[in-house]
Amino acid sequence: MPRVKVARKSTAIDMTAMCDVAFLLLTFFILSAKPKTQDPLKAEIPASTSITVVPETDFSTLLISQGKVFFNVEGDDVRRKTLEIMSSKYKIGFTPDEYKTFSGVEYFGVPMASLRQLLDLPSKDRDKITQPGIPVDTTNNNELYDWVHSARLAVKYLHDKDLKIGIKGNSQEEYPTVSKVIATLQKQHVDRFNLITALKSAK
Amino acid sequence: MAELDTSGGGKQKGGKVRTKKKATRVDLTAMVDLAFLLITFFILTTTLNKPKSMELIMPDKDDQTHIQEPVPETRTMTLLLGANDKLEWFVGQPGKTTPQVEGYGPNDLRKTLVEQNEKIKASHGGQPMIVIVKPSAQSTYKNVVTVMDELNIVNIDQRAIVDITPVELDLLKRDNLFK
Repeated sequence: MPRVKVARKSTAIDMTAMCDVAFLLLTFFILSAKPKTQDPLKAEIPASTSITVVPETDFSTLLISQGKVFFNVEGDDVRRKTLEIMSSKYKIGFTPDEYKTFSGVEYFGVPMASLRQLLDLPSKDRDKITQPGIPVDTTNNNELYDWVHSARLAVKYLHDKDLKIGIKGNSQEEYPTVSKVIATLQKQHVDRFNLITALKSAK
Repeated sequence: MAELDTSGGGKQKGGKVRTKKKATRVDLTAMVDLAFLLITFFILTTTLNKPKSMELIMPDKDDQTHIQEPVPETRTMTLLLGANDKLEWFVGQPGKTTPQVEGYGPNDLRKTLVEQNEKIKASHGGQPMIVIVKPSAQSTYKNVVTVMDELNIVNIDQRAIVDITPVELDLLKRDNLFK
């Protein structure tokens, strides 16, 4: 009896299509990637059921953690303009290099007087030092008021839009710190702001 | 697909040494491996779940244009946020009704909010309940967010965050929710 011989087939698969798909996906992920930004202080944000997405432009975030307040505004051009306005307000001059550094720095939390020192540091060391936070006293020394005000002016000047403000608070932060920040915003008639939260289900 | 036909120019003149035809098929396995490795890396480093935000609207502090309407106290529920993730609530004026201590879970706060809302709607001809949130200095930011979120879930639009008064602080102290 003659055995039926099954033709041996090569086990090599044509990888071309798979390779195409893999690189297509890779390109997509590279282009859509927005690297994770490191916050200067760890803030565990509380969860809520709200699903409004945080805007990516013309947005300023106030990070509140351990009783300190950090400031960030999106967009390199906005940051530069904000610093220009602050510079004329506080009569502190900055070099073109410092402007360039500032436009690339996200969260920062130093008083205006020591901002130059922070900007002159090499970027490696900038992440290492502990920043004292932006002064937010309700009486006279409220630099956060000026930062927010300058950022609002800058956004209005550059993009003709209203700056949206988000508060990114640490869950365990005691309410008075948050209340101080809210009072600062309300002083300049910013009565609408976003509380940045993580998503949770209503259960 | 990835093969090129290189079978041209078969015989050359004379007895020249013929180079062996080689298939131009390249083994793509390693390349695919690399591509997937990079994909994995980018998936892990990107922030896929973008943070969400909850809009909070505070009443304007020195708004003189709108006349503040007097609010019937029987329709207002006050939440006093104290220490240790506990809150106290009462309906009406402070001191006149005994406050109840409660937690923030869905079975505590949400249930109370729904119950009280129904009760007030029934006794006030369908008018909704007004909630006043008063965070004390020892409540956390998370507590405030949770309360606002619960109010969103229960659909209570008439709410406000107001500073706590000394009378209400005393109530919290009495129940050991403020040191």
